[in-house]
Amino acid sequence: MNSSLRLKSSLLSLLILTVLLAVWQIATQPRLAAPTATVTLTPEQIEYQKMLGKDPAASSTSAEAGKGAGFPTPMQMAQTIYKHLSDPIYDNGPNDKGIMIQLAHSLARVGLGFALACLAAIPLGFVIGMSPLLYRAFDPFIQVLKPISPLAWMPLALYTIKDSSISGIFVIFICSVWPMLINTAFGVASVRRDWLNVAATLELSAPRKAFEVILPAAAPTILTGMRISMGIAWLVIVAAEMLVGGTGIGYFVWNEWNNLSLTNVIFAVLVIGVVGMLLDLSFARLQKWVTYVE
Amino acid sequence: MWSEISQRQDKAESVAQIAPGHLPAASKKDTRMETFLEVEQLSKTYVEGKPVFDGVSFGIERGEFVCIIGHSGCGKTTVLNVLAGLDQASSGHVFMDGREVLGPSLERGVVFQGHALMPWLTVRQNIAFAVRSKWPEWSRAQVDEHVCKYVKLVGLESAIDKKPSQLSGGMKQRVGIARAFSVQPKMLLLDEPFGALDALTRGSIQDELIDIVRSTGQTVFMITHDVDEAIFLADRILLMSNGAQTAQGYLPGGIAEVVLNTLPAERKRAGLHHLDGYYELRNHIVDFLVSRAKPQDGH
Repeated sequence: MNSSLRLKSSLLSLLILTVLLAVWQIATQPRLAAPTATVTLTPEQIEYQKMLGKDPAASSTSAEAGKGAGFPTPMQMAQTIYKHLSDPIYDNGPNDKGIMIQLAHSLARVGLGFALACLAAIPLGFVIGMSPLLYRAFDPFIQVLKPISPLAWMPLALYTIKDSSISGIFVIFICSVWPMLINTAFGVASVRRDWLNVAATLELSAPRKAFEVILPAAAPTILTGMRISMGIAWLVIVAAEMLVGGTGIGYFVWNEWNNLSLTNVIFAVLVIGVVGMLLDLSFARLQKWVTYVE
Repeated sequence: MWSEISQRQDKAESVAQIAPGHLPAASKKDTRMETFLEVEQLSKTYVEGKPVFDGVSFGIERGEFVCIIGHSGCGKTTVLNVLAGLDQASSGHVFMDGREVLGPSLERGVVFQGHALMPWLTVRQNIAFAVRSKWPEWSRAQVDEHVCKYVKLVGLESAIDKKPSQLSGGMKQRVGIARAFSVQPKMLLLDEPFGALDALTRGSIQDELIDIVRSTGQTVFMITHDVDEAIFLADRILLMSNGAQTAQGYLPGGIAEVVLNTLPAERKRAGLHHLDGYYELRNHIVDFLVSRAKPQDGH
């Protein structure tokens, strides 16, 4: 039953992919009407078209394959993907680095910013969650700071930190902090009364209560916060790197847009999607590990 | 008869061992302190002028099994939580073994209504958690041996490495009981522990509980809704009335009556209803619950 459902869904996914590729292929196919059009053109008209920069003969025969200009066909796309993946690590100067190097830069920024956010948000969330007084006192600040787009912090970060790379990490930090802080505080505050009563009747010390009762009880909620944070951080890093430039997958996208290489842009978009999915999956795995059934 | 007023006389024999240095507030009432657990004039007020209960006083002897029966909302659980140290009374005091109860302690084990096991720990880890709290200096092997002993006591050896979510309601409650017993408290407090169980499971756990209690001489205070359960288990049954608005004004709830169980101590659950005096006892309690526990109905 379960396996047949899996088989059916895989087949359907494959079918959807095929349809999408077919639509893509048809939409980007070289115009078949063009050669017939050339026949009807008088030599003067062809001359005129060439003067306008449009060569009817060239565009119909070579099917716009000459440059990276225009939207690629699936075949061209596949070639580009193969080219990038077969040589992922090289460094030919600031504007030509292998995709793995760009990715590594992005992941390092995200990892560092996210780790710093964990170090700040989880202990603070714990304290806020344990104290109704602090919960209320911090709430207005969190509510105001949370909806600010992380990129809006960028000018302030650049001005105060004076280093574009660290500013990028700061932006990741600031966007990761809120979901983790809120979820940790909420998870800690809503630990079941019964378990706290058990802890009280067993005369647990404060650290034992925190680490052996509250932490495992709140762990699923805390991890949900971390997972949301990681998702946001991966969204934000692309935008942040477009702004600060230099390295990273976001810079790569912007650079290839400036090169008018849509093929490379599409490739980068796919890579961003796949890496984001892998990050989310790893957190889902962690979440499953700490989740308990009541 | 088996019926007494709540202000009953203290038994002559002194069961509690009182350390003279540990009587800060109570030294003036020496006669009272002979009882193991002494509850004095307890009251709890949420709405000003309308205490849920007032003037609740009773004592529990060492090794005694006392049940408290009353309708929902009369404050039974509050009384139990005050005894456990988990809740504060608005006025009144509780003394155990000559010392005032001011907070939760390992000396009073609690079995909670909703078992309150940690769902991320196995049965073994749940009980070991409690054991390590009581004897932090014990080695891992010592703790495990102790845990196994108490798991065996409630007959759950086969489920020792299962998580609570894999156990039935009755098994979970057994683990809760084993956990409470494992720290060897001076007193056991049970908050309607079998309320959520079916009748068959309830019966067998009652048997197990009374066996353990009799063999260990455990002092027990238990909340129940079930009259037969109270008659089977308890040496004394406290009947608690609800606070209510009457023609004479507001009447707070409290211990309306203390019923002494006159059935033979070695009674069996199966033959309970054949014992002399069983029906009188049962009718008396049921009559109380039907007509007197809520004053606005009866008066």
